[in-house]
Amino acid sequence: MSARLVLTVAALVLGSCARIEPHNTGVYLLVDTSGSYNRQVQKAEQISLYALSRLQSADSIAVARIDTGSFTERNIIAKATLDDRPSTANQQKRAFASTVAKFVDQAVPAPYTDITGGLLQAIEFLNEKNTTRKEILILSDMKEDLAKGYVRDIALDFKGFDVVALNVTKLRSDNFDPRQYLSRLDTWRDRVEKGGGHWRVINDLDHLEGLL
Amino acid sequence: MSITRLLTVTPWPMVSAAIWFILVVAALYFARDTAHQAIRATASALARGLRVASHAVAHAQKRLTARNRAVLLAAGREAKERVVEREFARVGDTVRSDLAGYPDLHRRLSEAILRIKEDQEKAVEVPPEAPGWAQAVKVVTQLGERNSTADILADIRRSMVKAHEEAMADYRKASGERHSLLRRMMPDWRMIQETLERVNKVVESVLARAVAIDRHMEEYEAIVRGEDHAVSVLSSSSIVYFFVSALVLAVAVAGTAINFTLIARPMAEMVGGTNFIGAFRTADIAALVIIMVEISMGLFLMESLRITRLFPVIGALSDRMRVRMIITTFVILLLMASVEAGLAYMREVLLLDELATNSLLRGDSTASIVNPHLWITTAAQMGMGFVLPFALVFVAIPLETFVHSLRTVVGLIGIAALQAMALSLRLLGNVSRHAGTLTERLYDLPLFVPLWIESRLLPHPALRNRPSVKAGSWREAQP
Repeated sequence: MSARLVLTVAALVLGSCARIEPHNTGVYLLVDTSGSYNRQVQKAEQISLYALSRLQSADSIAVARIDTGSFTERNIIAKATLDDRPSTANQQKRAFASTVAKFVDQAVPAPYTDITGGLLQAIEFLNEKNTTRKEILILSDMKEDLAKGYVRDIALDFKGFDVVALNVTKLRSDNFDPRQYLSRLDTWRDRVEKGGGHWRVINDLDHLEGLL
Repeated sequence: MSITRLLTVTPWPMVSAAIWFILVVAALYFARDTAHQAIRATASALARGLRVASHAVAHAQKRLTARNRAVLLAAGREAKERVVEREFARVGDTVRSDLAGYPDLHRRLSEAILRIKEDQEKAVEVPPEAPGWAQAVKVVTQLGERNSTADILADIRRSMVKAHEEAMADYRKASGERHSLLRRMMPDWRMIQETLERVNKVVESVLARAVAIDRHMEEYEAIVRGEDHAVSVLSSSSIVYFFVSALVLAVAVAGTAINFTLIARPMAEMVGGTNFIGAFRTADIAALVIIMVEISMGLFLMESLRITRLFPVIGALSDRMRVRMIITTFVILLLMASVEAGLAYMREVLLLDELATNSLLRGDSTASIVNPHLWITTAAQMGMGFVLPFALVFVAIPLETFVHSLRTVVGLIGIAALQAMALSLRLLGNVSRHAGTLTERLYDLPLFVPLWIESRLLPHPALRNRPSVKAGSWREAQP
């Protein structure tokens, strides 16, 4: 009896002293640079700065462009995992903000829009970082336009992911037939939710409070 | 069996009800004695059990009271011993510092008195020489003018004046010498007076201490005898000490919280901001550990200085070892305080860095303007970081008082709780007894008709005096 008590107490003490996993967040921002959306790229800086201001030590962030072929590391413009030490984390944030600002200034319009490839890259990146919370932000009109030869008809595994479509602008054709816009959003919602993820749309970038 | 079925034993429900009522009353009447006995036994058992429990609790309360009294007296005796010991130490210090040079003082006084005596002997007044001419002049004046006494008298007068002048000169000279001797005595007199005043002061101080020691000794004897008055005084003092020390400890806790705030953020730079031990950040735990180490060092310092007596082992160390311990703990405290001052400075730097980063991320340029008076807060934080560890040293004093008075206060609370419990149990015992009586009466209520008939048919008192109504059968439960 007493031995059992000692073992229980020891287990409790060791359990309380055990190192627990930090509740960190991973953010992956996909920026559409296609011809139809390139004018909106400026807003990527605003979103990335907001995300940086919300992130803490041990959180990860990456900004990647969506262009003709997005499933590649070359599309990642900036990525960082914030250091344990707050001062180093602040330096990383400043450097990250500077890189994003440079990208926004020099963004070149892409002929095609490979959103699925970007999402695959985002899932891969965030799974690799193994963060507790995974957020994929997509700054795009959500109109996928694949170049010839690109196969993107694949199931995406969004388990544990929050996918947020930001500033989903309406195309000229949407004005003629709004059903296209609604159908586009519904298609993406279905894809994300079928993959086990959670889908949201935020079009008002002045109210990003609920984003992270 | 439902009520409806019961009421259908006859075609008339009222008749059925009446039949059932008569049957029930008859059954209750025949089972009356047994039922009364059962009720009485249950109530009595319950009351007895509660009374026993009340006795047990009262006994425990008495034991706790005795123990609390013993603890209180022991604590009071120890405290009084310390006070008397301190008074004796003060008397010893006074005697050592002021009366250690008494032989020298005595020698100086004796020398001064000897000098005064010699000077006084030298200063004895010599009376002027009596003029020897007065009788001769008288004789010469009786001789008559023929004997040319006038010339003689004139000569005598001259001689007398001359002699008088010489005598006066001698007298003045002697007086001057005596005055100079007396003047020489003045410093000696002053020295004697000052010395005696000093001795008087010391003696008065010793006498005052002796009075205080007498008073403390009387109180000590009262404590040793275990007088109720002494216990009462100690008890009330203990409660006062408890609340006062609790208040001071609360202030110390607030100081600790401020100290924690000062160093928790920069600690994240040292041990990382995302590591956790259990549910707590490692940086927070590290900051707390630093503060706890400081408080521990403060306790050891106070123990080594013999200001507090929480650790008898430290108090029993040799003086040499204690001095070493004082130096060691003080040096550690100094290092800790310096580290804290550095961390407090680092906190300000980190805060500014974070503000600058946040303002950059918000695109706010005004927030990055540096306040020229910011050094004041930085200096204040560093000062607090340095001073607080030393201030926390003094936590040892209220902590010791709190620990000592806590025993008494907890004992008093325990006594009060046990008293209340014993009273409640006693009350419940009585309630259960009376509840038994009430239940019997309620049982008899529907049986009033058969009971009335019984009283008519069997008027003999021996038959009517049932045990349930015997006088004195329901004693009040006594503790």
